[in-house]
Formats: sequence, structure tokens, C-alpha cells
Amino acid sequence: MAVEQRIGLTLWVNGKEHLLEASPRWSLADVLRHQIGLTGTHVGCEQGVCGACTVLLDGQPTRSCLMFAIQAQGHEITTVEGVTPTEGLSPLQQSFQSHHALQCGFCTPGILLTAEALLADNPTADEEEIRAALSGNLCRCTGYQFIVDAVLAAREQRRDA
Amino acid sequence: MKPAVFDYVRVNSLDEAIEALARYEGEAKVLAGGQSLVPLMNFRLSRPGVLVDINDLAEMAGVRDLGHALAIGSMTRHQQLVNNDFIRERLPILPRVASYIGHWAIRNRGTLGGSVAHADPAAELPALLTALQATIVMRSPRGERRLLAERFFLGYYSTRLDWDEIITEIEIPFPASSPGFYEVARRAGDFALVGALAERGTSGGFVTWFGLGGRPERMALPAWTAHEEERRQLLRELAGKLDLPSEEEYKRTIAVSVAGRAMADAEGGN
Ligand SMILES: Cc1cc2nc3c(=O)[nH]c(=O)nc-3n(C[C@H](O)[C@H](O)[C@H](O)COP(=O)(O)OP(=O)(O)OC[C@H]3O[C@@H](n4cnc5c(N)ncnc54)[C@H](O)[C@@H]3O)c2cc1C
Ligand code: FES
Ligand code: FES
Repeated sequence: MAVEQRIGLTLWVNGKEHLLEASPRWSLADVLRHQIGLTGTHVGCEQGVCGACTVLLDGQPTRSCLMFAIQAQGHEITTVEGVTPTEGLSPLQQSFQSHHALQCGFCTPGILLTAEALLADNPTADEEEIRAALSGNLCRCTGYQFIVDAVLAAREQRRDA
Repeated sequence: MKPAVFDYVRVNSLDEAIEALARYEGEAKVLAGGQSLVPLMNFRLSRPGVLVDINDLAEMAGVRDLGHALAIGSMTRHQQLVNNDFIRERLPILPRVASYIGHWAIRNRGTLGGSVAHADPAAELPALLTALQATIVMRSPRGERRLLAERFFLGYYSTRLDWDEIITEIEIPFPASSPGFYEVARRAGDFALVGALAERGTSGGFVTWFGLGGRPERMALPAWTAHEEERRQLLRELAGKLDLPSEEEYKRTIAVSVAGRAMADAEGGN
């Protein structure tokens, strides 16, 4: 039987380096929340289904509940705090607000990151592609129509910008 | 919940990985994409004493053209199967089928080798590999071993992989004609309730079903007909031969429709 050990880690989160000690069994989600204090990453199901814990790993949406923090060394991690300006809201966040695309907000960080990655990857994503990308993020209150509307509007805004 | 305590070993070469598995004598598990293993660990349905993380083995990801087949590294992520231009051109059915696996974030991490080792009976890739008669290539301290997919998969989450073996590569022969594919799932990204691949032969063909019973089954179709009623009758007979647990009995009818649509897809009808 293995004995719990703490291992020194270096994580790159939102462009900043964090030195910390973690047990190999700690998920990236828990370390982001409890060691680094970035509580915007939410933990719902711990089995990859709900998408609340989605972060970007080298720019790509990844479940932080299905990855151990120790594995994230050498990668760039972006959480919802990393896509939020110090003052005010990002254009995508603004669009979520004006389209009423959130209620309790539990799902929102994962959805924002997935949508940011989609629009970066495919700036002309159509509604079907947006729905496919967001199919891995469950929302229990808002209904998906407003969320899709918000992403479509943000896409238009980026195109005009 | 949170996983039980384990020791973590990150390896830099295949030899190191094989050596680590041997050293821990069955206590260790390979950690690839973690998209099946980590949920099981989070719920303590799996409690490996040691994880051997093979995510740094870049040499185990990628594609080689063998002329008659593609050899794809076991660490190739599902989304890489979907996006890779070379695979899209040479074996278009593979990216198409891989795009049905879970969601984007799951595909960004999950690997071909992990899907094969995990052997979920409703998983798309084991079914495709069975349909295309792919070869699973494994390495252990005893050297290399190769097995046809249909011999490799045994049943529910069980395969011929030994505890000290690592899947290195999968060789997928180019099919004579592109197979058709269809699946039904309750929500986008879910594991298939029932799925099928259909390959058209010179007279008959083959249907490979998945999500039915413990493993994908490739069955010979005595004739290939475009006539809707005759097709259903043939498929009903074939589906009748499937060995299903009683709680999956209802799926036999779905299997007939799904295989019919896979056949239509093979004809370019979908
Ligand atoms: C929400 C969700 C939805 C999903 N939906 C689908 C779906 O629709 N269809 C589908 O097919 N899959 C689905 N999956 C599973 C996904 O495809 C996994 O990626 C896959 O089953 C396992 O691959 P992995 O690389 O993540 O393996 P891991 O989870 O790392 O490992 C799984 C098992 O394989 C072993 N293993 C891994 N790699 C090797 C190797 N190279 N050699 C020997 N043993 C190895 C591990 O030790 C472990 O026992 C889903 C997963 C989630 C979380
Ligand atoms: S908490 Fe990670 S997907 Fe639900
Ligand atoms: S806003 Fe409550 S879960 Fe989406």
C-alpha cells in the first residue's frame, strides 16, 4: 500500500508560475481551488460528464477533475480567472450577461472556456458547431438556447472587431 | 469522491514504462488519457497502488503509412484522430467514428490505446477495429505480441492484454470499400446505446454491432440488398444470433434499424 507523499510541483496558471506541494492523487481541479485559490473552476460530477471543471490545457478544453495536478506540469493552464479582465467583463462574458445566459452560474466558467477555445479555433463556428462543442457542458438552470445565442453574438462581435 | 493514495511514476520511454510495470508486479496501472481510469479511481472502483504515466511518450503518438494499412500510435488522442489530415484522407471512416466519442474535452485527452485497453462494449473504436480487422500491437518484457482485434476483445471490459503489457500501436488495414456507420445514443456525446458498422462485400457483407452484449461482434451478412423489407428480414435473422443478456433484449429491434442505416450509409444513402 502506497504511503501518501507530498511532491513539489510547478504549475503555470493564467501566465503565472505557482510552486506548491501536492499529493499525486489530488486532481488539477482541487489543486486549482484549494492550493492556488482559483475557485472559479467548479467541481460537479468528478467523472467527466458535467464539464463544470473544464479548463484550458495548452489552449484546449480539458476536464480538470480527470487529470492529476502532478500531470499538468510543463503545460499552460487557463482558468476562468485567466479569461476575465482585471476590470469589467470580457466580450464573451458581456454577451452572456446581456443574453441572460446564466442563472446560478455553476456551469458558466466551463462554458466560457469551452466557447473561448472554440472561437479561437474556429472563428466562423456555426450554430451546429457551437452546440456540438458545448454538448459536454451541462447547465441545469438556464436552458441552452440563451447560451448558444450569447456565443453566436460574441462570434459576430469578434468578426466585426 | 477522491482517489485512494497511489505512487506516481512518470516515464520517458517505452522501455522505462515496461520496466516500471514489471517492477510493481501487477500493482501498477498505465495512465494514458485518464478519461476512463480516473473516473473509476475517483469513485474508488479502481485503486491501483501505482500509476505509470505514459503521457510524455510522444513517440507513441502519430501515424505511419504501411502501404496496406495505417499504423497508429496508442497515445494518439481521439481529437487527433478526428483532425489529422493524413488520416482523413487515407482512412476517412476513422475520424468520422472518433468524432462520436464523448465530448471535445474528453477527446482532447482520451487515447486510442486507452479505449482499446478499457474495452467498453459500447465504445466506438474497438468496434471499428473489429470491423476493419485491425491488429493490436503490444510490448512486454517478453517482447512484442500482435493480436487481431476480434481475438483481443474478450467481453465486458476484458481483453487478452496481460498486466505487464503495453499497447504500442494499432495497425488498421485499408478497407476495400468504405464501411457505413450509424449509432444511437440518448444524448450527444454519450456512449452508444447501439451502434453498427456495415461493410459491403462482393455478394454479401459484414455487420459489426456494438453496445450489445460484452464486445463488438462482426457477423457475415449472407446477401446485400437495397430492398428495405428484405434488408430488415436479413438483419432480423442476424440479430437473432446475438447472445444478449435479458435486460438488453429490447436492443435487438434497435440493432436491426441501426444496422440498416449503417448499410444505407455504406451505399452513400445517408
Ligand atoms: C464523459 C465521458 C464520455 C465518454 N464517452 C465516450 C464515448 O462516447 N465513446 C467512447 O468510446 N468512449 C467514451 N469515453 C471514454 C474515452 O473514450 C476514454 O478516452 C477511453 O475509454 C480510455 O482512454 P484513455 O486514454 O483515457 O485511457 P485511461 O483512462 O488512461 O486508461 C483506461 C485503461 O486502459 C489502460 N491503458 C491505457 N493506455 C494503455 C496502453 N497504451 N497500454 C496498456 N494499457 C493501457 C489503463 O491502465 C486503464 O486500465 C468517455 C469518457 C467520459 C469521461
Ligand atoms: S466535475 Fe469534471 S466534468 Fe464534472
Ligand atoms: S446557470 Fe446554473 S447550471 Fe448553468
